[in-house]
Amino acid sequence: MSILISKDTRFLIQGITGREAVNLTRENLDYGSTIVAGVTPGRAGRDVYGVPVYDSVRDVVKAHDTVEGAIVSVPPGFVKDACFEAIENGVKLLVVVTENVPRKDVAQAVELAKLRGARIIGPNCLGIISPDEAKMGGVGGPAANTRQAYRKGNVGIMSRSGGMTTEIASTLTAAGLGQSTCVSIGGDAIVGTTYAELMPLFEADPDTEAIAIYSEPGGRMEAELAEWVRENDSRLPVVAFMAGRFMDEMKGMRFGHAGTIVEGKEDTTAEKIARMEAAGISVAERIEEIPALIKARMQASRASTQ
Amino acid sequence: MRFYEYESKALFRQRGLPLGKGSLARSPEEAKRAAEEIGGPVVLKSQVLSGGRMKAGAVKFADTPDECPALYEAIEPILVNDQKCRAVLVEEKTPVAQEYFVSVTWDGRRKLPVLLFSDMGGIDIEEVAEKHPEHVSKTHFSTILPLTPRIAKEAIADVGVTGSDLNRLTPIVFELMKLFLDYDLTLAEINPLARLEDGRFIVLDGHLDLEAEARRRHKTLLAELGIGEDETRQAREPTEFEIAGRKVNEADHRGVAGNVVQFDGNLGLVIGAGGGSLTLFDAVRNHGGKPANYCEIGGNPSVKKACELTKLILSKPGVEKIAVMMNVVSNTRVDIVARGVIKGCIESGKDPAEVITIFRIPGAWEEEGFKILEKYGVEYCDRSVSMYEAAGKAVAKMGAA
Amino acid sequence: MPGLFINVTVADDVAKDVEIAKKLEEVCPVSIFKAGDAGVEILEENLDECVLCDLCLEAAPEGKVQVVKLYAS
Repeated sequence: MSILISKDTRFLIQGITGREAVNLTRENLDYGSTIVAGVTPGRAGRDVYGVPVYDSVRDVVKAHDTVEGAIVSVPPGFVKDACFEAIENGVKLLVVVTENVPRKDVAQAVELAKLRGARIIGPNCLGIISPDEAKMGGVGGPAANTRQAYRKGNVGIMSRSGGMTTEIASTLTAAGLGQSTCVSIGGDAIVGTTYAELMPLFEADPDTEAIAIYSEPGGRMEAELAEWVRENDSRLPVVAFMAGRFMDEMKGMRFGHAGTIVEGKEDTTAEKIARMEAAGISVAERIEEIPALIKARMQASRASTQ
Repeated sequence: MRFYEYESKALFRQRGLPLGKGSLARSPEEAKRAAEEIGGPVVLKSQVLSGGRMKAGAVKFADTPDECPALYEAIEPILVNDQKCRAVLVEEKTPVAQEYFVSVTWDGRRKLPVLLFSDMGGIDIEEVAEKHPEHVSKTHFSTILPLTPRIAKEAIADVGVTGSDLNRLTPIVFELMKLFLDYDLTLAEINPLARLEDGRFIVLDGHLDLEAEARRRHKTLLAELGIGEDETRQAREPTEFEIAGRKVNEADHRGVAGNVVQFDGNLGLVIGAGGGSLTLFDAVRNHGGKPANYCEIGGNPSVKKACELTKLILSKPGVEKIAVMMNVVSNTRVDIVARGVIKGCIESGKDPAEVITIFRIPGAWEEEGFKILEKYGVEYCDRSVSMYEAAGKAVAKMGAA
Repeated sequence: MPGLFINVTVADDVAKDVEIAKKLEEVCPVSIFKAGDAGVEILEENLDECVLCDLCLEAAPEGKVQVVKLYAS
């Protein structure tokens, strides 16, 4: 089992004829994902690596019946409408890879998704991977590279950084720890799905036994996760890595992702680490400490349930 | 990007929000003239991109125009949280009966805009929220349903305001909510919003922040306010090095090689991507290294772009060597970055083997990349060496130098 | 300035073929080839941008275009 996607998940790619999307299509197909169709207005009738292109999501649905997922890979100014289009045509899982989408547009898409019972991952993310099954998005890169870094197993990964999703997976894989599902949630100040919102899904997945997260300054997402873990008495041990500690001294400067800026006291790494530790989340100083921490926590939680 | 108070007020005026008399002074004489036009006591306020002006002594009061030039000269050189004064706003001093606080911002957890209203304005709102929670209301509102004044009315009424005050406040608060959405702001704040002794309301101070991602949509507004395309309005002004970094990034649309931030160390960093750069910067500092810069590469930059970035960093005074490091890459190619940095070293007249302390970029096309590095004798490592360890190798070489 | 990492050679007979020149210009994602009336020209400043996609090798008769990795010796 896994969360969000499996090899049976049928999805389409909006903006499929764009430079990045062509690449994505190839990499996702090679990895075993099921891509039903692509959409680029005005390009109906073409194909990208054998995937048929349509003018609209509505046309895709007419020809291929309902489609569960959509990768949105269109320029920032078009993202909101592409999301609206997918949602209003019955798509339930959207992965928005585009960077630099204004916050209002994201909020609008997320609001509509909520009204219609759909979920958005991203924007500014590399998507989702359930190792050895399927991936949806650029996570891991070419299929061969992806197989090198990701292996099927029992650790779930959530990360605000796309690149660090793969760094953490690669480190876990090298230590003999495979992954159930890894989600690059995006680095913006407002993202469709936060750590805390993914937790119930991992919690309900029998194959997930522990969680690793990549975290950085800015926002309240870690505080929300800490709260969730405490309030729900989660069965899952969580290990976090916190980057950007140097930023605590540099209030108001933006580094890295759009969401990475220390504005108030709660945004600092020191504050986040304290909150997470208080909720029983282990915080690693370095990436390479994550596997040992996870193994120890998994052993402890197995022992306590026996 | 933050607006100065006078810019925020220009926008408020456009939208019909009530403001007192005032004008901007860029010299002691202009300050005096402004006070003469207003007639009566005035307040002089430094126009600076930071809070804490009052505490820093950058706000002063004058009873007569003759006092103004000296006060202007006193205010102008004051740095507030390292920010320079751009001009001085001279406004009429008004007898205030009560101060209110209104702000609209984003709530990343609820993913909605949130309106904060308080009838205890002028002071730190977080303190009010803690000590007098009944005096602060917090109201989320939709970005897709029609925005109507009743949301503002309810938020104001929540702290106990009623009567004609409620009716006078509602359109002001409603306008601020609309402004927030119309201009893709990340913060729209009026503090204090004052009720004068005659019952009228005016905006005494305001603070607007426009989202950087939405700049292109609001070119007309920015031009009207006189905000240049080069102005980043970050916590500090960009340095020449940082401006040059931005030019490297903008000269070529292929991938990212930018977000250069200046530090004063001797180890140049060619690092990426977003999260990887933060991780690596911490790692270098933990090992006792002194970074000369922060930067981010990602999205598979061209050879030329990686080359230009390398040249820029190598040309920075005090940079002795560089470290080239990233997390396991997916779409950025190891061989392309390797070509770029090696070319950058050579074009800077340096031996890559000498000047590159370590190259740690595993991932896509690494076999090809490693061949290039071998040919030029550059020390490299694969994913079996962690980011932290790679940073340690780089720092160790600096010590040996 | 020749490439530091990559060199591309086109056999003389193919280099003068205007049709192949056009095709080479079209397929190369990093603009190494420029088609003219006299055939194909190599734009040296773009050689190092080569992404080793092999599309030029497929666009010309076998063996007529060669991409040489100068670092692989």
